[in-house]
Amino acid sequence: MADIDVGSDGGGHKKGPGVKKAKKLSTRVDMTPMVDLGFLLITFFIFTTTMSTPNTMALNVPKKTEDEDKRIDVKESNALTIMLGKSSEANPGLYYYLGQLEADGSNFKTSNFADIRQVIVDKRKEVMSRHLHENSCQEIQQKAKDKNKPNWQNACLDKDFVVVIKPNKEAKYGRTIDVLDEMAINDVKAFAVVDITPQENELIIKTQGGK
Amino acid sequence: MPSIKIPRKSTATDMTPFVDVAFLILSFFMLATKFKPPEPAPISTPKSVSADQLTEENAVLVEFDSTGRVFFSMSVKKPEHERLKRTLIETINTSKNLGLTEAEIRSFERNTVIGVPFRELKATLAIPPDDRYKKLPAGIPTDSTNNELAEWITTAKSTFYNESRSMQVFYMIKGDNNAVYPSFDGVVEAMRRADQFSYKLVTDPKEAPAGSELYRQRQQARGASVTP
Repeated sequence: MADIDVGSDGGGHKKGPGVKKAKKLSTRVDMTPMVDLGFLLITFFIFTTTMSTPNTMALNVPKKTEDEDKRIDVKESNALTIMLGKSSEANPGLYYYLGQLEADGSNFKTSNFADIRQVIVDKRKEVMSRHLHENSCQEIQQKAKDKNKPNWQNACLDKDFVVVIKPNKEAKYGRTIDVLDEMAINDVKAFAVVDITPQENELIIKTQGGK
Repeated sequence: MPSIKIPRKSTATDMTPFVDVAFLILSFFMLATKFKPPEPAPISTPKSVSADQLTEENAVLVEFDSTGRVFFSMSVKKPEHERLKRTLIETINTSKNLGLTEAEIRSFERNTVIGVPFRELKATLAIPPDDRYKKLPAGIPTDSTNNELAEWITTAKSTFYNESRSMQVFYMIKGDNNAVYPSFDGVVEAMRRADQFSYKLVTDPKEAPAGSELYRQRQQARGASVTP
């Protein structure tokens, strides 16, 4: 512990009678309060500071259009639909189907965040492999290569693959962002957030109720 | 009996290096710190791999918390544009017939975070800016029948547009991880009504998972910059 040092003990001085020496004052200052204050301020600044600057994720949505001509048709075989329902720790509430949903819901599948990545990757590969045969986009690839884009080999090939994201009323915003994030992770160029259809919603509720 | 004398050692330690270090850290934090802007409600944002940094810009920020309360705020980059905040509230005041006093308008200028419907706006602005949201507000309505947020965004948009046609304004949405999707949908709908189709979602940074397409691309980009 620090002490309060008022005078030196004058070691070694002979104090004869009549010899009056001026008291030598120590120059040592007790630092403890200063340290206390210093650390108090540090804690204050640590707590108030915002260290990690948040990032932003750009999102572009289309204009709502009633005009049939302006709507983009998606080939059934190129589409993957991911649906989000109520989620909990045990159940991520993630569902998907490839292409069009069967009337009896037989291709409706339950998934989770670990598996959905593989589904996206596989479907993307499949769509891209089919495009290769059309052999129409070498020019676009060349342009991407000239611009030194990291994955120019995929340019133009991956534009056909469309992921449709449909969160229902109970889906969490955070999980929706996670799915959007999967799009960035797997380099999916075309994706859209769309309202869920009653049939899909029913299937989700039925699946959740069954568990 | 002779007693063994243990020499008394002083327990005093030299505090000086300790103080040096303490104040070094202190000065670091003082310089590096940036105070958290006042938040009306705690919002923990979801994580994403996105690498775009959030910058201080002319911005319209829409926040919603876990219970779906929506807040609107605007910020300007240059000090000379501070008056745009005044223009915004005056436009709202006239169009909505709120009858705001000079003091209330000033209160908005000092803190533009709004989280109440128009009918409560006057009463809320009468409270000093710092304790405006001590009691949690209702949030701006974003229902399809009464989407007041759309009016806020539209007004802010035209305010920026009238100032300068070329001014770049960012529209940002900051949502809570645990909010339900419809609250996000309401905000998106408001943006849509304001003819705003491109915006940024505020998220916390996260690394791209190893082995994924994005990870591969980023590794490649890193490798390319090392060996040109």
